[in-house]
Amino acid sequence: MMNKYTIYLNSKRCIGCHGCEVHCKANKGLPVGPILCEITHEPLKPVRGVPKTEYRFRSCYHCEDPFCVRVCPTGAMQKREDGIVFVDYETCIGCMACAGACPWHIPQFNPDTGKAVKCDYCMDRLDQGLKPACVTKCTTHALKFVRLEEI
Amino acid sequence: MSKTVWSMCGMCSVRCPIKVEVEDDKVKWIEGNPHILGGALCAKGSAGNALYNDPERPQTPLIRRGGRGAGRWDPVSWETAIDYVGEKLENIINKYGARSIVLSCRGGPFVDLFKAFIHALGSPNFTNHDSACGRNVHHASLSVYGLGRKGFVYDIKNAKHLVLFGRNILSSLRVAEVNQVMDMLDAGGSLTYVDVRQTLTGIKATRFFQVRPGTDYALLLGMIHQVIKSGAYDKEFVEKYCVGFDKLAEFVEQYTPEWAAKECGVKAKKILDFVDEIGEQRPKVIFHPGWMLSRYKDSFYASRALHILNVLMGNVETEGGQIFAKGPGDCGKKGLRSLDANIPKPEEKRADGVGWRYKHFDKGPGLFHLFYDAMITEDPYPVKALICYRHDPFTCFPDIQAQKEALDNCDLLVSIDAHYSEFGWYSDVILPESIYLERDSMIATQKGPKPRFIVRRQAVPPKYNTKPCWEIFKLLADRLGVGQYFPYNTIEELWEWQLEPTGYKIEDFDEKGFVPLADKPVMYDRDNLEGKFKTPSGKIELVSSKLEEVGLPSFKPYESPLHPPKGQFRLIFGRAPVHAHSHTINNPLLNELMPENTLWINWRAAQKLGISQGDLVDVMADSVKATVKAHVTDFIHPEAVYTVHGFGRQVPLQSRAYHAGMADQKLQEGLLLSMDPAGGGLCLCEKFVTVRKSPRNPKRRVEL
Repeated sequence: MMNKYTIYLNSKRCIGCHGCEVHCKANKGLPVGPILCEITHEPLKPVRGVPKTEYRFRSCYHCEDPFCVRVCPTGAMQKREDGIVFVDYETCIGCMACAGACPWHIPQFNPDTGKAVKCDYCMDRLDQGLKPACVTKCTTHALKFVRLEEI
Repeated sequence: MSKTVWSMCGMCSVRCPIKVEVEDDKVKWIEGNPHILGGALCAKGSAGNALYNDPERPQTPLIRRGGRGAGRWDPVSWETAIDYVGEKLENIINKYGARSIVLSCRGGPFVDLFKAFIHALGSPNFTNHDSACGRNVHHASLSVYGLGRKGFVYDIKNAKHLVLFGRNILSSLRVAEVNQVMDMLDAGGSLTYVDVRQTLTGIKATRFFQVRPGTDYALLLGMIHQVIKSGAYDKEFVEKYCVGFDKLAEFVEQYTPEWAAKECGVKAKKILDFVDEIGEQRPKVIFHPGWMLSRYKDSFYASRALHILNVLMGNVETEGGQIFAKGPGDCGKKGLRSLDANIPKPEEKRADGVGWRYKHFDKGPGLFHLFYDAMITEDPYPVKALICYRHDPFTCFPDIQAQKEALDNCDLLVSIDAHYSEFGWYSDVILPESIYLERDSMIATQKGPKPRFIVRRQAVPPKYNTKPCWEIFKLLADRLGVGQYFPYNTIEELWEWQLEPTGYKIEDFDEKGFVPLADKPVMYDRDNLEGKFKTPSGKIELVSSKLEEVGLPSFKPYESPLHPPKGQFRLIFGRAPVHAHSHTINNPLLNELMPENTLWINWRAAQKLGISQGDLVDVMADSVKATVKAHVTDFIHPEAVYTVHGFGRQVPLQSRAYHAGMADQKLQEGLLLSMDPAGGGLCLCEKFVTVRKSPRNPKRRVEL
């Protein structure tokens, strides 16, 4: 299954305010602990007299053949038709094998529910014709939700 | 049951417009008002529900048991609390007169209620936090234009060049303003940033001046010199609207760019290039005059210089410049009815001396710190009660010990706040306010090229036994026999009363969350601005008649700031984008992102002291010490150390924030009355602290 979506960060417009991280957590009602997307930056380097850096945004890569899906013992970790890798909370037992299998340890443990949680591009919002929380509320409109098209 | 509530954020003092989705009395979603912000909101805004659910906030009225600051409280009913405060105030009024009561708040669009309350009691002593914030900028603006800091709004989006002196605009984070800055940059605009360190804002700059701490004024004087000398200013505008240009030119003659460069530690050529650039770009060049500029001994004059540079750019009432803030009257509409305007103004002189001892200051909120002086000296009269609404003087003002000594002379300290403040913890009574998602507010006017009426609407019922401020002050007023000045019982009645002259109804806010008063920007005729400047001369006063009248210079000769002695540093403080001063430090989701602050220190200075990245360091003032981790970096001046303001909190019930990080204001010993005599602002960056690697050994621990 090809990924249909990606989230793009216009680093030029990003101010590094970490709003997206909280927009995500507030939308999913997450407690302290799991952070499903994050803004990082390289150490500052002077460019023509101005110390500069680039921001990066990472949530989940929604791999084409995700290790987390393969390793999940209950089939809770799944990949949708449109490529979104998500957790079915009904079947998740919180064993966190997914996090171990993921090269970036992207699935995280939600201490409130005792289950795994990860970025699913806010698929409940997508299905209502909305955009992911991080994109919708990005402080400077630097994040874009992109639908990939085959060329 | 689900509903959409148009409201106003309350996580910081910006009050961004928000849209709240509510289901069965639970907040499901908060976003920036799509009509104004396109949904955008900052991290703090999204952490609103975490505040709502947080039990670590005052849940019911509390009356102190035991000594001040002991932290023993009796939870009481609202009836008991209001009666307790009422009786204490009555006793104070009977013994010392109403004038000995001071009410302080944090300014903003809703001050009408608080002013009305204190004036209804018969006291002139309304005040706010601003002498530790924007007073210098406000007074500088008054001295130049006769209009206060909020007399203009900045059309940053359409500017070609934004110049920021220590104004970390992207971290202080007003969502609409930040988007204007990014739009300007996207359109190819320039951003010049001046600071002692690199910031979130500075990394977006096209030009960066890292200056020696305390030398901003020198750089500004060098810039004015070069602007005048190279003829890069708007001669026509200056000739038409200004008085005192020749005196200004004469004054800056000695301050060459070469001199400024040397004083600030920057390259002279960079200043010349800068002036060449703005000469081409004017009038669409904005020198932001600062916001929080209670920093150095000459911050008032630095702010004045910034205002003057705006005038030299001729950027008044132009696209991409500063635009007069218009009100309802400019749109042919009637304004809101004011509670305070219906109350006889107390004739008594203010206890802070503003208006009579200090004639050149704006009487409005006066100068908070001077009430401390009155508490101690009883000059001009005793001050016996302090009521702080949403204001924490112990976080805002320097030297907590000195503040407590003054407060010892008060018979009553009341904190009205949605959070535990450090002042609240020390006070006699805490009246807990409902948080912004749980309360309505009065209607307010937001001035600008397109003015609006704005209002906060309650989204969910209060989780605890808290009340909105409109009700708290009404209850107090009724108890003290001045309820007639508050002609309402419900918020609906208050809204109706406020809106009556305007012809609008509260339902008119239902569509977008605000009532627009103009469809397109209202602009004055730039060639005919007579009468718009409210100075004594009616002109833009480069030479200020009000300052000269009280014997203060319009242009202050530059004095080089002291270099800190060996092993010491100038303590600088500022903002991070995920916190709003102390208000959010204990918020679970924001605390998670930034649980403590660090001490920024230049790597060369750190090396000399044997300090490496992440080491614990002791930061010491005269008697106060703080221990935090060092952030060793290239990007701060070697004379300065820096920390994020708001940390180092000492309210035990705020378990996440308790003793986390350091509090700059606690180290600012001896600065409580260090007022700039011309601007009224405190000089909060005039403190040297000693830094050493902490002797605490993190490796050695007895385990069994």
